[in-house]
This record gives sequence, structure tokens and C-alpha cells, in this order.
Amino acid sequence: MARVKLSESKAKKIKEICAAYGNKAGEAINVLHQVQGEFGYLPAEVQELIALELNVPVATIYGIVTFYSFFTMIPKGEHPISICMGTACYVRGAEKVLDEFKRQLGIGIGETTADGKFSLNCLRCVGACGLAPVAMIGEKVYGRLTPDMVKDILNEYK
Amino acid sequence: MAKYKMHVLVCGGTGCTASHSHEITDNLKAVLRDKGLEEDIQVILTGCFGFCEKGPIVKIMPDNTFYTEVKPEDAKEIVEEHIIKGRKVTRLLYTDPEKKEHVSDSKHMGFYKKQLRIALRNCGFIDPENIEEYIANDGYAAVAKCLTEYTPAQVIDEIKLSGLRGRGGGGFPTGMKWEIASKNHADQKYVVCNADEGDPGAFMDRSILEGDPHSVIEAMTINGYAIGATKGLIYIRAEYPLAIHRLQIAIKQAREYGLLGKNIFGTDFDFDIELRYGAGAFVCGEETALIHSMEGKRGEPTFKPPFPAQSGYLQKPTNVNNVETYANVPIIILKGANWFNKIGTEKSKGTKVFALAGQINNVGLIEVPMGITLREIIYEIGGGIKNGRQFKAVQTGGPSGGCLTEKHLDTPIDYDNLIAAGSMMGSGGMVVMDETSCMVAIAKFYLEFTCEESCGKCSPCRIGNKRMLEILERITKGQGCMEDLENLKNLATVIKDTALCGLGQTSPNPVLSTMNNFWDEYVEHVKDKKCRAGACKSLMQYVIDPNLCVGCTSCARNCPVNAIQGEKKTPHVINAEICIKCGTCIEKCKFNAISIK
Amino acid sequence: MQSALNKDLLNSKISVVKMEMINLTIDGKAIQAEKGLSILKAARIAGIDIPTLCYYELNGQKLENRPGGCRVCVVEVEGRKNLAPACATEIMEGMVVHTHSLRVVNARRTVVELILSDHPSDCLSCSKSGHCELQSLAQKLGIREIPFKGAQSTYRKDNSPAIIRDVDKCIMCRRCETVCNQLQTVGALSAVNRGFEAVVATAFEQDLVKSSCTMCGQCVMACPVGALSEVNQTRQVIQAINNPDKTVIVQTAPAVRVALGEEFGYPAGTIVTGKMAAALRRIGFDYVFDTDFAADLTIMEEGTELLGRISKFMNGDKDVKLPILTSCCPGWVNFFETNFPDMLDVPSTAKSPQQMFGAVAKNYWAEKLGIKREDMVVVSIMPCVAKKYECQRDEFKENGNPDVDYSLTTRELAELIKQFNIDFNSLEDEDFDMPLGASTGAAVIFGATGGVIEAAVRTAYEVFTKKPLEKVDFTELRGLEGVREATVDFNGTPIHLGIAHGLGNARKLLEKVRKGEVQYHAIEVMACPGGCIGGAGQPYHHGDFSIVEKRFEAIYQEDKNKELRKSHENPYIKQLYDEYFGEPCGEKSHHLLHTHYFDKSKQVEIEA
Repeated sequence: MARVKLSESKAKKIKEICAAYGNKAGEAINVLHQVQGEFGYLPAEVQELIALELNVPVATIYGIVTFYSFFTMIPKGEHPISICMGTACYVRGAEKVLDEFKRQLGIGIGETTADGKFSLNCLRCVGACGLAPVAMIGEKVYGRLTPDMVKDILNEYK
Repeated sequence: MAKYKMHVLVCGGTGCTASHSHEITDNLKAVLRDKGLEEDIQVILTGCFGFCEKGPIVKIMPDNTFYTEVKPEDAKEIVEEHIIKGRKVTRLLYTDPEKKEHVSDSKHMGFYKKQLRIALRNCGFIDPENIEEYIANDGYAAVAKCLTEYTPAQVIDEIKLSGLRGRGGGGFPTGMKWEIASKNHADQKYVVCNADEGDPGAFMDRSILEGDPHSVIEAMTINGYAIGATKGLIYIRAEYPLAIHRLQIAIKQAREYGLLGKNIFGTDFDFDIELRYGAGAFVCGEETALIHSMEGKRGEPTFKPPFPAQSGYLQKPTNVNNVETYANVPIIILKGANWFNKIGTEKSKGTKVFALAGQINNVGLIEVPMGITLREIIYEIGGGIKNGRQFKAVQTGGPSGGCLTEKHLDTPIDYDNLIAAGSMMGSGGMVVMDETSCMVAIAKFYLEFTCEESCGKCSPCRIGNKRMLEILERITKGQGCMEDLENLKNLATVIKDTALCGLGQTSPNPVLSTMNNFWDEYVEHVKDKKCRAGACKSLMQYVIDPNLCVGCTSCARNCPVNAIQGEKKTPHVINAEICIKCGTCIEKCKFNAISIK
Repeated sequence: MQSALNKDLLNSKISVVKMEMINLTIDGKAIQAEKGLSILKAARIAGIDIPTLCYYELNGQKLENRPGGCRVCVVEVEGRKNLAPACATEIMEGMVVHTHSLRVVNARRTVVELILSDHPSDCLSCSKSGHCELQSLAQKLGIREIPFKGAQSTYRKDNSPAIIRDVDKCIMCRRCETVCNQLQTVGALSAVNRGFEAVVATAFEQDLVKSSCTMCGQCVMACPVGALSEVNQTRQVIQAINNPDKTVIVQTAPAVRVALGEEFGYPAGTIVTGKMAAALRRIGFDYVFDTDFAADLTIMEEGTELLGRISKFMNGDKDVKLPILTSCCPGWVNFFETNFPDMLDVPSTAKSPQQMFGAVAKNYWAEKLGIKREDMVVVSIMPCVAKKYECQRDEFKENGNPDVDYSLTTRELAELIKQFNIDFNSLEDEDFDMPLGASTGAAVIFGATGGVIEAAVRTAYEVFTKKPLEKVDFTELRGLEGVREATVDFNGTPIHLGIAHGLGNARKLLEKVRKGEVQYHAIEVMACPGGCIGGAGQPYHHGDFSIVEKRFEAIYQEDKNKELRKSHENPYIKQLYDEYFGEPCGEKSHHLLHTHYFDKSKQVEIEA
């Protein structure tokens, strides 16, 4: 028997979410959304349990998780940083801002700092083009950014 | 709305929300409460006004005063001066950049003068979280008219006659699409609203859903009646939490009012709507991919035919339209196809919403009649290029589109003219670029996006776009050769010709159109190792002119990597090996001594 | 179920009646073809070849992989803006198609160059070299250099006991994914990641052994390139043969003899039993035996087990498990251990012929020769990839020494024959060695779907009714339909039999059994379509299932050629029982010829 280990509360929550969607394979994406909302990320054992509950191969679930950029198997930082790389932000210098975030944090895109405080990601157009270039830390939007503002912004969270 | 003496409309679009428009609302309400005016003056958080450049926007009705760049602390002054004393707060009014005069009514602003708001008709005017406001503005009258006066075939005829075409990119005639779906018989059919806006420079669908969600719900209901579907699905990006929130409220309210559910308007027509969430995949804007994603699968496109109208969601006939297309439908029904088809050009009727962005003075969301010229958009609505720089190009259609240049400035904009010019309408991103934008780098930017968003199913898109990107990377690093340009052209042509879906087939457009319009720039990068825009980092060097440098040390102190050396009061030098070309020194130098070579 | 089958049949008949013809032009040739066909199929019927890569079809097995992803089969259709994939574009009245215009040739060539630009160029040592469809395509298109240099995707190599996944070579044709999910319903593979990183892999890119993989190997059969291949053990076998201290014994499965010839230019369905025995002797095996002998032995054990269960059932024993399921196929055993852990007591406990042979060889025959089992090496030649996994299962080892040391595929045997410079085509026929090379026709038909159950019926009928069979051929049990059923009259007692091949079909049948919707006395299951003749260790058929159909006919021909057609008539089997085992299902055979099964299903364990 191949075993998948999960804590009781986690397993219970996942089963509840799957059941709320009728344990239907067609609801896989909705289930993944909700489970990720609950735990912040989708580690292997969580996907295994979802696959069992929805009665689909776990390879299929993994195929879905790795297809959509919204789903992640790595826990996000305490303060997830998202740099808008939409066209409007790009032509107004978002790349330089991103480079500065990378340099200050010492991490690349899709990574989390060793202390778990920050994670860095790019996203496409938050719809705040008037404020370009834009970055989000958690829910907070920072607009009209220049590279020299990055250090001070990060200091707000240290 | 009648019971209030005045309405204060505060923009609740994403841009203005990011600039604290919620706090403005709270402060306004608090001040009004203090003054005992909360019964007389209503504060509404609306959808996007469009003029994001000058946000947050606050508008006072009925005198139509348009305040720009309002801060939360301005609430007190607005209430005390404008609302109580009837004196406009002039410092918050828009200043006409040419005449240098204050303009208080948005109708007289360059930004709004040439706009015609049909799809955005309610955005910025009604409270999107209150169905009564929508109803008060003729909401749900169109669906009532359809259900009680029209047969489904008549509804389709009306839409066909209007000339409405899909606003999501391809421009397929909407009425024809409905007709095909209506003719396929099945026990269950579906109506799907594509709200998976993915163009990295477009946010009109989001604004409509945030500002006027009921118009989409009403249109989908009309669509359901026309084709014989009882179920509707809205496929929306999970990254749009505010739009999701407002849609959920709107659907709930519509159900409570009996506008969704069983026996709508006492007829035997049933219709209801569910939400489905996208999870970050641009390709899901393609309708077959979208359908697979709604079925809980990887959002990979499949070959058409069969078209969704034949076999779509759960293999049932499915009609997919995008948000902006739907937003046009109720008003077409109410005002009639013959009203709508008088707007626009011969083959492109009505208006189009564009997200105007880039190096332009008035960034924002605009809606203009088809047939307007780029010149009108850029110079009249957009207020010209930022910092008085020179116009170079405008990119439309996002990653699927191309660049238009000086010579296209007076071409009337419609579906067919844009394609003829090597671009496309796309979902309506419009990014204006000046001489500081490198066209090779722009092509690379879009390809990076396509490579990231390619589903990987077909080889031309999966590998071909990666190879194109690699060639462009080489060119922008000064490592390209002329053979690269030849390969790039062949690859672009073959990918366009062979890729499986719309994403792949249009992905070479940014490359092809920049090559066609800016061939010299490509050759310059390859032969002279030069980027005239000064945008390709590897091809430039920051240097300090010793004749201009006074040795103030400001650059050296601000350099993040300590690449600048020099004694106080003597000219400084940049060590090119350490320099990361971040541009901080240029910004900090007060003597214009630093330049890019 | 009977009615469902009839309905399918009826529908297919209706579609024949309604057939509508379409007129079109392909490469200037006027063609009439059935409505609903793709350009690719219409062209093939007209004798026009359009190259393909991702397209894979098992005709008659309801399997079609048509993602339209490789874009190699693109053609020009007049009036269309873009090139169209011939595999996925339906023909239309008046269509004008160009399959080799300049535009098409340039596009096709560029597409293949692109695929090659993300594909390792270690063709010389690749397991699929000479059988690789990408290689042939590059050759056909005259590609001499790859103009696009750039990053190549890299993944971890996965070596399971039977299958090697070298994902760097994956070209995303999706054939393996379709076969694994649709045909076999195993679900070990899925497309993962997206864009340039997209690839077909297991969940979390974990090893196959940790996945739900049954090692059936149909993915290996389907893979057009070297991304999936079997573990090659020819080197170890040569070393064993060269070791003077070892007695090396070879056994060959029934399906090998009707397919091996294909590797030497013989038409599909050629029976090469005699040449094969001769070649094995030339290679240097000490004893050339036949798995067929063990197949006859299997019938004795499994048949007895079946009759035992039936008579208990008829005597009113409520605990008896019926139907009995065959257990010869290792892919099938892995499948039910993973997917039907609640039914582990249903399958026959009889070992597979490969393992029965190993047990007999390393015990009975080693004793006879007076050698230690450690000094004996048993090699099997199998049409199968999963047999490599089976022979390494712990329960088939004694003190770590396996009953069967190496299991080679038909393809590996062909390689060995070529390596030993044997001119296969001019070999004179030779016989197997005795006694473990003796077999009946009943053993031969183990190689085709329905064969095991027919062989069992031939023996069980005579044992049960104590009457001789009037007719040996039970044609009602034969065929290539995915799920079949028949009732055989055991002198007034109707015996209901079910047959499934392909694991997806097996799943359907088993689920009905689990729910009690169908009542059978016995069910035969083979993991591969067609049974062992369509096994994953056979010469590559590249999706041409007519090759398997020809092997199918050859198996029954070989059966007819045999003097003895019923397992219990094999004199050496009788001798084996007299000398060694006593009686079928007796204590000694229980120890050596029977096995037990494990729950391999995935379970969630709650952490404290």
C-alpha cells in the first residue's frame, strides 16, 4: 500500500472541500482554488488526497497544477511581492524595478527568501496602468515606482 | 436616485482603489455624517471612470464637477466648500494642459470629448453593488423586451442587423455565432461569458464587470433565450477579486428579483448563471481552451471544427462571447439595431474600448466609435506624448497584435484596417511608445509573454517561439548575426502558418510587424551593436562627462553597487564592469553630466 | 452487457448504411471518400502518403491519439488562411488539398527542425535507433543540420525495473498519455508543465515505480522516439552465457514465435518457432525450453482451481469466490493490486507461466541436473515489458535468488541474434529440448486474447464431464473485440465466461463484477490489446494494428499444427506430476506454483 501522510485536520478540510463540489472530477480546478486558498499552496500529499477524493489519477491533478500559473507547490512568503509586468508597466520601466527587488532580496522570480518573509512573482496587468509601474505587496498596491524606492518599501515590512 | 439632493461618485476601479479611493469614500461619509447630511447626500463607490492617469476621481452630481487626484484628506474640504457652500475646490479640478485653465465638467475635457460610451455606459455612474440603480437606468428592460415581444429568432436577427462583432479579439459576427448555436439541437446548451482577460495591457473587461456587472448578466440571459440555453457560465480570472465579488453580489440580487432563475418575467424561460474561475493561463482566452478549463482540465486548445457551437462545454452546444461584447447587447436591444449600426465604419459597427497606456499623458480606459483615427486617440484623448517626446509607435492587440507607426496615424481604426496594417484589434490594449522604446526589445517583451503562456501542445508554438525569443535575446545583447534575422523571419512565418490555436498563430505578429516597420533598428542591433532607444542594457554604457561633472558625489552615494568612483569636487568615473545600468545615477545627477552611449 | 454489445454493433451497421461520399482533390488527384474522414485518411486510401508524428491509432481497439500537436502533417487547403493538420481536418465537398507544395514542405521541414532542436542527438546509442519515427522523418525530409540552436529541456532520467523514461527525448506527441489513460486507464502519465517545459510525465515527476504504472509497456510501444523504452538486459545474459560455472536455460513465450520473424524481414504472422529454437542454441543457451510447457502446467493448476471453486459453488458454499480471474499477465496483476485491492482473493493464485517455469527449472530441473539453484540462470523471452518487473518481485525469489533471472523482450532477442551474427533467415528449423520444451496447442494460444480461457475449457470440460471433447476449437471465445463473453455447455451445466484485453476494458468488466451486474464463472484478462501478441515487448508496429491481427491468425495456425491440443494430454506434464508434484493444487504445487497478491492502492495515512 502506498501511503500518503497528512495531518488529520488538513485531511478533513480537503475532504470537506471535495465533498462540497460533489467529488466531481470536473470540479478539480475549483477544488484546487479553494484548497490553495486554505493552505496557501498545494504540496504533493494534498494533491494525492484530492486525486483520491475526486477519483482521478494524481498525475492528472499534477498536470493541472503545473499548467496554471496561479497554483503553486511552494509556500509563498509572509509578504508576497508581485511586480506587474503588463505592457503599460513594462514601457514605464517595470523591469528595472523588478531587478532591484531581485537584488535587494537576493531571490529570483517564483522564489521565497530563506527566512520565509518575502516571495517574488510577476503578474500581468493589475489594471492600475495609470500608476505604472506597479507592484503589490500582499494586497497593498505601490504605484509610480522607481528602483530607488524599493529599499524603503521593503523596510516597511522588516 | 431621486430622494437624494446630491450624489458623490467615487471611482472604485482598481487603479483608484490602489490610490485609496475607499478611504476617500469613508472620509466623505464620516464628514457628511458629522454635518448631518447623510440623508441628503449619497456617496457611491462606482466602477472605473476611465481617466486613471488623474485618479482617484471624485464626481459630484448633478452639477457634473469632476475632481482629480483626490486624497483622503481632501474629503473635508469637498464637503465643506462644494457641498455645503457650493464653491468648487479649484485646486482639485482638472487643468487643461494647453489652455492652462481649470475644467470642471468632464464633457469639456479633451479626454472625454471624443469618447462615446456604450459598453461603459454605466461605469462611473451607478453603484455596481445595487441592482436598483441598474434597473433605474433601463436595466433589465432589454431582456424584458426580448422575452415578451421577440421570438428567439427575432433577437438573433436584431443582433445580426446591428453588425456587432466579437470584442475579444477575432471580431467574429456575434449574431451569426448565436444563430449557429441556436440551430444545433441538444437537450442542454450553454452560454459562456469569457472574462479571462489576459492581454497584459488591457483591463476593460475587468472595468465593466466591476462597474456594471448586471449588463453582462442581462446580456447572457438574452443570449440564453436566443439560442435556447438555460445555463450560463462566467469564466473569470481568479486574479480579479473585486470583479468576482461584484458579480457574486449581482447574481444574488438578480435571483432575488426573479431576473435569474425560473420563469423569468412570468414566461416559461429559465436561466441561471454560475461562476468558473481561471487560474492564470492566457491561452484560456481561446474558446476551446476555456471550455476545457471549465471542465476542470488543462486549458489546452483543440482543433476547430468541431466549434463550441456544435460541441462545447460537456460536449453540448455552447456560445462563448466576451464581456465587452455582452455589454453592448442590452442597449442594442433597447435602442435598436439601426441605432447601433449607424455608429462606426462599414464593417465594424459600434464602439471599441481601449486601454490607453504607455508614454502618453492621459493613461486610462477609453471608449471610442469605430473609425476614429489613431491621431485623435493619441493627441486629443490621450493628450499627446509624455514629456513632449516624439511619437514612435503604438502597439495594439497585445501579444497577438503589432505596431502601428506614424504612417498609420490617420487610418480609421476598425477590425479590418488594423489587420491590413499588420496588427489586430485584439482585446483592446493600446500602448503608446516614444523614442525611448526599443522595437526589438518590445518584440522580445511580447515573445517572453507568449513563451510563458504557450500551453506547449503544438511544436511550432512550444519550440518555435522559444527559438524566436532566443534569437531576439541574442540580438538585444549584441550577439546577433544577419542569419539570425533570416531565421527569425522564416520562423515567424511558419509559426503563423502552422500553430494550432489563435495564440500560436498570432504570436509572431509583434516580431513581424516590428521587422516590417523598424527593420533598420534590427539591422543596427546586429551590425552596429547599437540600440538607438538606449533600452538594450548590453548595448549601452553609462558615462560621466568630465566637463560637466562637478564632483558633487550624489551619483556615487546613490549607486546601489558602488560602481562610481571619484574624489569630492573632481569629475567622477563609472566602472563599466560593476555598473548594472539601473539608471539611478542619471536621475540623481543635477548637472546632466551622465549619459548613455 | 450482451445487449450493450449488440447496440454498438447495430450503431456501426447504421453508420455503414448512411455512408455518404465526398468528392475532393488531393495533389491534383480526384478522390471520393467517405464523409467524416480526415484528409489524412482520405489521402492514405488514395495512396498518398502524408507524414505524421503524433498521430497514433489502434484500429479496431477504439484508440485514436489525435492532438493535432506536432504539426508535421500540415497541408495546404485552398481557400484557407493557415495550413491545416491533415489528421484533424475533416474532408469537405470540393476541397482542394496540396500535401507537398513549396509552402507545405518548408513549413513541415521547419517544424521538424524545431522538434530536433529540442531533442538530444545521441541517435547512435539510442534505444529506438532504427525504429525511431522522428529519425525516419528527419531522413525523409533530408535534414542535415538544425538551424536553430538554443536551450534544450532537461529532466531526470527514471529507471524502473522494466521501463526507462528518458524525458529529454519527449516530443509531446501525447501517444503514451493517451494509451496510459484512455486505452489502459492506468493514469500514471499526464502532460505536465506548459510552454517549452511541457512534457509527459508522472505526478511530481516521480519514479514510475512510485506511480500507478502497471509496467504494461504500451507507452513504450506507442512512443515514436526514445523517451520510453524497456530496460535492456542483453549484456547481462551474454555475461551469464559466457560464465562456465552457470547453466543457462532459456524459455520462450508463445507469442514470440509469431512475431520475431518481423525483425528479420518476414511478413507479419510468419511462424518462426523452429528457427528461433535454432538461433537460441547458436547463441549458446544450455537448454532451449519453452514457456508453453509451463502454460500447460498453468492450465492444470488454474483449471483445477476453477473446477474446485465451481463445484464448491454448486454445492452451496457461500464463501467461494467466483468468477475466477486469470493471473498470467503481470500488467494485469499490477493493475488489480492497485485498483481492485478489495478483490485480491478473486484472481487465481496460480503463478504466471513464466514464473511456473522458473520455479520448475530452479527446483525440479536443477535437482535433476544435480546443480544448485544459484548455478542456474533462467532467461525468458517474452513479448512483454512487465515480465521484467514480475521476475523481480520478492515473492518469486528464494534467498534473494530469483526463479527467473532475466526476462528479455522479443526485440531484445532479435538484437541478440544480430549481435551473434546469426543468419536467422537461413537457419534450419530445430526442436526445443525435452522435457521442458514439450507443449500442446492449448499452450500456444495463451499468446492471444481468449486463448487462456479456451485452453482452460479444453481441459476443464474433459475433467468435469469425464467425456472427451468432440470439437477442440471454441471459436466463440476468439476475436479481437475488447470485451467478449460466451457460455460453454459443460454437458448440461452452462459455464459463463468473460474475456477482456486492454486494461481499460478489464476495468469496465471488473467494475461490473464488483457491482454484481454480471455473473461469470471465469474471466480472462490480458493487459495488452490483442493479448500477448500485441505485447509491448514485440517488434514495434507503429500503430499498424493489422500486424497484430496477422500474429493472431498465426497463433491459431500454430495451435492447429500441434499434434496434441489439450494441456492435460502433454505427456511430460503427466510425468512432472508423477515424479514431482503429485497432483494439481497439491501441497507441493501450492508451495511452488501458486502465489499471493498485495494491496498496492494509495491510502491516506493520518499523521498523529
